[in-house]
Amino acid sequence: MPTKTIAGTTVHVNDEGFLTDPNEWNRDIAAAIALEEGIAELTPAHWKIIDFCRQSATSTGKAPTLRAITNGTGLSTKELFALFPKGPAKKVARIAGLGKPEGCV
Amino acid sequence: MQTNGAHTQTEIAPKKVAEEKPRHIAFICSKGTLDMAYPALVMGWAALGNGIDVTIFFTFWGLDIINKHRVDHLEIAPVANTSMKMSMMGVPGNLGIPQLLGVLPGMTAFATALMKDKMRKLEVPPVREYLQMLVDGGAKLYACKMSVDMMGLTMNDFVEGVQGIVTAGDFMDMTEGAQIVFI
Repeated sequence: MPTKTIAGTTVHVNDEGFLTDPNEWNRDIAAAIALEEGIAELTPAHWKIIDFCRQSATSTGKAPTLRAITNGTGLSTKELFALFPKGPAKKVARIAGLGKPEGCV
Repeated sequence: MQTNGAHTQTEIAPKKVAEEKPRHIAFICSKGTLDMAYPALVMGWAALGNGIDVTIFFTFWGLDIINKHRVDHLEIAPVANTSMKMSMMGVPGNLGIPQLLGVLPGMTAFATALMKDKMRKLEVPPVREYLQMLVDGGAKLYACKMSVDMMGLTMNDFVEGVQGIVTAGDFMDMTEGAQIVFI
């Protein structure tokens, strides 16, 4: 299993750069991955989504789908795509230190 | 934290986002039954979630999917549908729905209600809502000019978010380099 040093912490990642252990994640790692994904600064709206994903994954064991995120946070699809442009499904999960979302909606 | 073994250590490198041309998928929806509306919606939504550009071209019966008077009334008929078995209703085995029963009044409505109920339980949104999600996510929807003319429709007949009525030639221009899926 490859490791990668992100924001000064060594974490385990898979081939696509997703953390394989959500417990290795912290908020500095999230900010560093976000920067890699082209998001210069994580605003409170970003954090609302990230925190929701973390909570959802803790209870269900998997990353939530985009529809689960919009339903769960009250944010619109447009807002979600504006906050995490060009592929929010993967970006959100990666920044939140989770695997790819399971489920098609 | 594991530090032993032959794992690789990589440094963060900025992704080459700007230089790559994004992948583009175009769907042609030619069918207006409930079951044939979903493939493009599901795959299109997955594509948007993965950062892939999406264009959907609705032609012939597929126009029903974006027709605001029809979108909530798409149906699936049990007649001549050899895959629709009684097992969907909990009857074990491969027992089909007898075709002579399938033609009875109400059977199409029954099959449609059954499918919608199964979708709802899986938290799959209805077609109208799914279309809106796709539009909000940046998908571009177009209606086929020839079909629109044939069926006597105008832009006023379509749900919000449909960008225009275009010719087959326009479609070819706007999908240059795209992967095309015909449904």
